Amino acid sequence: MKYQTQAIAKWYWFAAIALFFVQVFAGLWAGFIYIEPNFLSGLMPFNIVRMIHSNALIVWLLLGFFGATYFLIPEESEREIYSPLLAYLQLVILIVGALGAVVGYVFRIHEGREFLEQPLWVKLGIIVAALIFLFNVSVTVLSGRKTAITNILLLGLWGIAVFFLFALYNPANLVLDKMYWWWVVHLWVEGVWELVMASILAFIMLKMTGVDREVIEKWLYIIVATSLFTGIMGTGHHYLWIGMPAYWQWIGSIFSSLEIIPFFAMVVFCFMMVWKGRRNHPNKAALLWALGCSVLAFFGAGVWGLMHTLHPVNYYTHGTQVTAAHGHLAFYGAYVALNLAIMTYAFPIIFRVNPYNQVLNMASFWVMSSAMAFMTFTLTFAGIVQTHLQRVMGMSYMEVQDQLSVFYWMRFGSGLVVVIGVLMWVYATLGPKKEITIVPDGALAPAE
Amino acid sequence: MSEILSKSAARNIFYGGSAFFFVVFAALVAQSHYYAKTTSTDEAALTAEVVHGKRIWEKHACINCHTILGEGAYFAPELGNVFVRYGGDKDPQAARDALKAWMKSQPSGVQGRRQMPQFNLDEKELDDLNAFFEWVSKIKTNNWPPNKAG
Repeated sequence: MKYQTQAIAKWYWFAAIALFFVQVFAGLWAGFIYIEPNFLSGLMPFNIVRMIHSNALIVWLLLGFFGATYFLIPEESEREIYSPLLAYLQLVILIVGALGAVVGYVFRIHEGREFLEQPLWVKLGIIVAALIFLFNVSVTVLSGRKTAITNILLLGLWGIAVFFLFALYNPANLVLDKMYWWWVVHLWVEGVWELVMASILAFIMLKMTGVDREVIEKWLYIIVATSLFTGIMGTGHHYLWIGMPAYWQWIGSIFSSLEIIPFFAMVVFCFMMVWKGRRNHPNKAALLWALGCSVLAFFGAGVWGLMHTLHPVNYYTHGTQVTAAHGHLAFYGAYVALNLAIMTYAFPIIFRVNPYNQVLNMASFWVMSSAMAFMTFTLTFAGIVQTHLQRVMGMSYMEVQDQLSVFYWMRFGSGLVVVIGVLMWVYATLGPKKEITIVPDGALAPAE
Repeated sequence: MSEILSKSAARNIFYGGSAFFFVVFAALVAQSHYYAKTTSTDEAALTAEVVHGKRIWEKHACINCHTILGEGAYFAPELGNVFVRYGGDKDPQAARDALKAWMKSQPSGVQGRRQMPQFNLDEKELDDLNAFFEWVSKIKTNNWPPNKAG
């Protein structure tokens, strides 16, 4: 660790990992309700459990991004973070908000738009924390060396904050409500979050492969260009059936079909850099997570998205378990794996030790990722059966759901394995450091 | 690749192109905003009751079990067309009564069946929620869902 303030990342990631537990635990609970619907149904109905599952996910991913930003900006900008105090203040606000939201949900204190259920005071807290964060990192970046990685990362982070403002706008007309709701949801995960993803991946590739910065940064601009060129207009694939003009059917189908391009480019980029790079970096687990991130994002976000994005297909699959399948693998591949990649890379550096527990960490990748893939397959099959019975044959919703129970059992099983994988990863990362990798002299020298 | 495209050219394409697509997108959304207010929904029928009904829908986080126009959780039936599914397009009063009776009778407590909580809505709240469902069922959705099952 070259700069003291990079250690700020550690506290963000501890908080992120705590919420990661909350997320997978709530997910397991929700999956259990699917197979045992009476389970504590009066105490914790499905809607509350799901709210905790999705909100904990979003907040821990954001905490992970913030941590990654605090870790990589000093190295990129070649100076310490402007104010560590502000960084910790921001973290405290976010933790109070996240805990307040989760506890509040249990007592039915929430708003009512999907993913934006946070009470107003939490939303305002998030905005205050975002302003502190953007001020702190922008000042640091502007006073130091400017690189493409920090440019893109900052643009992504500013975009996250700006589009979150639409969470405060809730028109009475449901169609307008939905149209602007997507400005938060879609323009986040299929827009500015991709900028964050690409820049963090580029940073990892720069450090781990030793490929020239010029090459990596050019790739980065090309990737994020394809992200936004397809992703912004790709919002149209959410505007098909919610009371919007029919021209979105064509715009949505065409542009969102192309949204697979940046994900494909990220796979090619990561594998090319590792192939071309001459460096034999000792942290193999971090490399596995980074390569795995690009591949799983390509399948989860790219292929599974493409599968049901054309409007004649989506007419039948919209709002079925097909969507759930896509959502699960896309978030896991693109953003969960990304966070675990940068944490796996950075924790040994922050702890000032050589990479450790590599075998267990890599095993956790395969356990978690295979289980997520299996979950995605079961939900996809459930979705296809549901689409046929309900949307084509016209059978009633609950009758169809009864037919799907075998898939929900398998989904619960895969969820259990995911949780085992998460426990393995956390133990490998934060548990006792056995099997420490010996680093050859000079192997960790900077790329430039 | 270095001969074909320099880094600064790639950067300019990124910033310029993204700005272009965002402007086009924002313009289309502005047009869609107008379309939603004038064509796909009945703004005149967006009464205080309907607006209150939407607030009740949000207060109880209905969307974290149900879908509405296909968006939400996939744990419980689509409600964008629930009014039509209950025959409200032919006999609105009968549909309203049936929906009220349904919500009052929850949770069913039947073993092995998904449970909808009892939200203890009063008559006025139930009426307003129904008004919201009736208003939503008339949105022009490019003929989605494919059938009444939702």
